[in-house]
Amino acid sequence: MLNKVSWQQALLSPRAHGCWYALLALPFAGWVWAVFHDALGANPAEALSRSSGDWTLRLLCLVLAISPLRDLLKAPVLLRFRRSTGVACFVYAVLHLLCYVWFDQNLEINEIAKDLVKRPFIWLGMLGFVFMLPLALTSFNAAVRWLGGKRWQQLHRLVYVLPVFALLHFYWMRAGKNDFEEVWIYTLVLGVLLAWRVWGKGKTSPRN
Amino acid sequence: MLITQDQGFHHPYPSEITPPQVYAQRRSLLVHLGAAGLLASGAGAWAQSAAVPRPGKLAPLDAKVSALAGAQAKDNITTYKSASTYNNFYEFGTDKADPAENAHTLKTRPWTVEIEGLVKKPGSLSLEELLKLSAMEERVYRLRCVEGWSMVIPWVGFSLSELIKKVEPLGSAKFVEFITLADPKTMPYVGSRVLSWPYTEGLRMDEAMHPLTLLTFGMYGEVLPNQNGAPVRITVPWKYGFKSGKSIVKIRFTEKQPLTAWNKAAANEYGFYSNVNPAVDHPRWSQATERRIGEGGLFAKKIKTQMFNGYEAQVGQLYAGMDLAKNF
Repeated sequence: MLNKVSWQQALLSPRAHGCWYALLALPFAGWVWAVFHDALGANPAEALSRSSGDWTLRLLCLVLAISPLRDLLKAPVLLRFRRSTGVACFVYAVLHLLCYVWFDQNLEINEIAKDLVKRPFIWLGMLGFVFMLPLALTSFNAAVRWLGGKRWQQLHRLVYVLPVFALLHFYWMRAGKNDFEEVWIYTLVLGVLLAWRVWGKGKTSPRN
Repeated sequence: MLITQDQGFHHPYPSEITPPQVYAQRRSLLVHLGAAGLLASGAGAWAQSAAVPRPGKLAPLDAKVSALAGAQAKDNITTYKSASTYNNFYEFGTDKADPAENAHTLKTRPWTVEIEGLVKKPGSLSLEELLKLSAMEERVYRLRCVEGWSMVIPWVGFSLSELIKKVEPLGSAKFVEFITLADPKTMPYVGSRVLSWPYTEGLRMDEAMHPLTLLTFGMYGEVLPNQNGAPVRITVPWKYGFKSGKSIVKIRFTEKQPLTAWNKAAANEYGFYSNVNPAVDHPRWSQATERRIGEGGLFAKKIKTQMFNGYEAQVGQLYAGMDLAKNF
């Protein structure tokens, strides 16, 4: 078994990052495989739309879990994976949005406008996406330099509002079937991760 | 036979024209049937054999092609795979893949349907008795789900009116209530808080007596798969799919309009009538278009939803003078 220092050292290697990118791309690769093998079921558009939403939510959980995990495991190396995870979360959100505007609405702006009025959970999802934009657009190194570390960090605290939009979007979407089991699970996970920011930090790390 | 638009044989959409491969399948099926010696009944019998090839999964259920107006939709028939793996049957789970995975536990024999309420001949009918009650017909109906997707399915059964006539409803019977199976031992999600169980549905007497309302025992030339409502269900093609109760155990004749499962769960969203109507939106989404399952791949445009799901010529008069926005 690897001891603590050696697994942290392994994560420092450039190859670790390559592996992490490959892992983050796995759901997407799975869809491509499924499309070509007719494995998405009777309604492929719906299957892709749901799966991309699921993965956005899962990656949001993951990105918010990195700081608590770093403290819990005393492994600062984990922070090296936070930005790429966040960017992946955004990429899956973009794909989720694309599924909606393309597969569901056929790129018809008028229909989307009508749909936004009809379905509150759609505009909640879109609002969540809007709050992701400044984070994604400032995710590269030059943006950190340009904004300065402190301002960059303040801006990126926006990530804490994303669970609210994501969960309301998911809750409202499931409300039609009174089927909230998964919604409560994600709420619990994200709730714990946000609660840690309020009550759990400070002892082992100065910020985040 | 007089063929008129009123009878539902008018097909303004090219999508309703049977594609050559489907037509060819019909031919090859006839050849097979002939080879099997099943075409013994002489001249004219060819016109009565089933329209779709059997998937070969379950016991065959012989039927003649229905000559009823509106009973042979010319749309492309949905694949058996899609029709039997993409289902709403909440007793087996709310995901549409759940019923196909979980419904194998459903025990469809022995099966009885209780007839009760305002009828001269109440009692209990076994599945065997029901199957013999009238000649089996194959009917190709469009199925429009309230969620905004649709399929085209060749059902096997006979008009519910055949059963209703046999049990002789009293003059006071104005509605028919359908009570479906709710067996927590075989249905894992009975007891979940999604709906109240058993799932019940209902029709006005004239709707139940309409010849298009089908007491359904099979699809694609075979008995119903469990996930599609075996061994006996209702199919009402001009209403949203949830009006067509599955795995029926009781039919009750009442004077008052019965409560229905979805109406109890969300009265402002699911009315008693729930006729397919592109002009009356669901409170939370548009009903103007639908995704036809299996047609055109990922980038296919949705198709326009038709008034009464395209059965206006047959059923429109049932609702003459009614405000359909109010009676949704």
